[in-house]
Amino acid sequence: MLRDITLGQYMPGSSPVHRLDPRTKILLTMVYIAMIFCVRSPIWYILPLLYLVLCVRLAGLTFQQLLKAIKPLRFLLILTFLLNLFFSSGTTIWFQWGILRISQEGVFTAIHFSMRLIFLVAGTSILTLTTSPIALCDGIEILLKPLNRLRFPSHELAMMMTIALRFIPTLIEEADKIMKAQMARGADFESGNLMKRAKAMVPLLVPLFVSAFRRAGDLAMAMEARCYHGGEGRTRLRVLRFGQLDLWATLITVGGLLLVIFTGVWFS
Amino acid sequence: MEDTAVTFPLRIQEVSYQYEEEAQNAVDHVSMEIAKGSFVAVLGHNGSGKSTLAKLMNALFLPTEGKVLVCGMDTATEEEVWNVRRHAGMVFQNPDNQIVANMVREDVAFGLENLGVPQVDMPSRIEEALRCVQMTDFAQSAPHMLSGGQKQRVAIAGVLAMQPDVMIMDESTAMLDPSGRKEVLNSVRKLNREQQMTVVWITHFMEEAAVADRVIVLDKGKTAMDGTPQEVFARVDEIKALGLDVPPMAELSVKLRNAGLELPEGILNVSDMVKELKKVLCPSK
Repeated sequence: MLRDITLGQYMPGSSPVHRLDPRTKILLTMVYIAMIFCVRSPIWYILPLLYLVLCVRLAGLTFQQLLKAIKPLRFLLILTFLLNLFFSSGTTIWFQWGILRISQEGVFTAIHFSMRLIFLVAGTSILTLTTSPIALCDGIEILLKPLNRLRFPSHELAMMMTIALRFIPTLIEEADKIMKAQMARGADFESGNLMKRAKAMVPLLVPLFVSAFRRAGDLAMAMEARCYHGGEGRTRLRVLRFGQLDLWATLITVGGLLLVIFTGVWFS
Repeated sequence: MEDTAVTFPLRIQEVSYQYEEEAQNAVDHVSMEIAKGSFVAVLGHNGSGKSTLAKLMNALFLPTEGKVLVCGMDTATEEEVWNVRRHAGMVFQNPDNQIVANMVREDVAFGLENLGVPQVDMPSRIEEALRCVQMTDFAQSAPHMLSGGQKQRVAIAGVLAMQPDVMIMDESTAMLDPSGRKEVLNSVRKLNREQQMTVVWITHFMEEAAVADRVIVLDKGKTAMDGTPQEVFARVDEIKALGLDVPPMAELSVKLRNAGLELPEGILNVSDMVKELKKVLCPSK
């Protein structure tokens, strides 16, 4: 069962959105975030909504997949909504009970902020749904490269992410093995309260950490044996290239952003 | 000078190595010359210094005394380190802990990327390396979906892509099941036969050493025996005294000879034994 876990939420595919350069996708996600923050009134979320629908259609995703990404945030969403609903200051009061009061402005802000949150998560999950973790690493490495001048280790960061991704399944498998070994000797991971269960994890975590450190040592030696000496003078098997698709995506997204800014200025 | 570097891609001259906290040398004045295209097995039980010797061969460790020459380059020369490691590729024991990338093909590319091989040349070298170990069909697979033997073959391909002159297998079969062991040994033996790849095969499995051209037995950091498998395994008592097993057929033939049967020396496997016994027992046929 543990052998066929998928990493992250990536949905393999060959849609135009999948084929975009990861750098384009990361940058356009930022443009999209800017777009969300430029929306001034709930009604104008119609524009990012249209943009989202376009992306989802093009990527061959379903809205269920987006909802699944939003689901873990439901409590935060409800909390945001309620806090804004009850504690916003406003003049047009609709309802008051003790310190709780609902004003027209409160309702307005509550809807506004909840929408903002939903759109943020939905939009960014399109990035993770259509981009493989490896492509994301590559994209981040190249995008962060200008920071090398400030001694920011962009190559090392990307290498660390790649290795982490590579070893997640290995370590899960190992954790499973250790757990079964401990259970065979009478360890109990399932009963008791939270404290007790947390304590029961210690005999699992200690050997797991010890082995992770040993693996790290072995891997470092194997990498050195294969001439790894940092990012300098290194070539790459995968080369990222911007294509026409990237141009179109940029035009559409930046166009969307401008439109949102325009509506904000014009209709306020 | 140039010629010896070609005919003996790996030369170890009076090499010693001492770990920091230890009083004794882990490797103690060992010398050997590995001939081009040969398949040399280095045997020894735990703590005999065989893994230390392997790490001395590609500059992962530097000798405290003596010299290691890889294709004529001294491993102690700092500027040559990456060159030494390119020429002497190494495959380690644990199949999981030497694969870097999340895809077989990209892991094979890892060494090439480090060497700065132009991107256009990479795909052909990767394909060729994977073909040599019969892993072409798995090029797009994730390493954690492969068996131990397959992972070791990927590691071999990763080394092969760098086009080394010597391949050092540091107990690369120790963590595999019998079928995985056979798989890895066969691929390396094939490379050695078909492409004249020089192989140093470090192991504690006798039956693997039996297929080598030359067997070197290490004990307490020193060379205890050196010769063809037939020569070495004929010395059954000495091998046992070193705490090593003897291939069962070698032991049986010595016992039979002691019991008076006229068997020739150098029988290491069952089929040879059957052939020789037939000759002795039914001479008419």
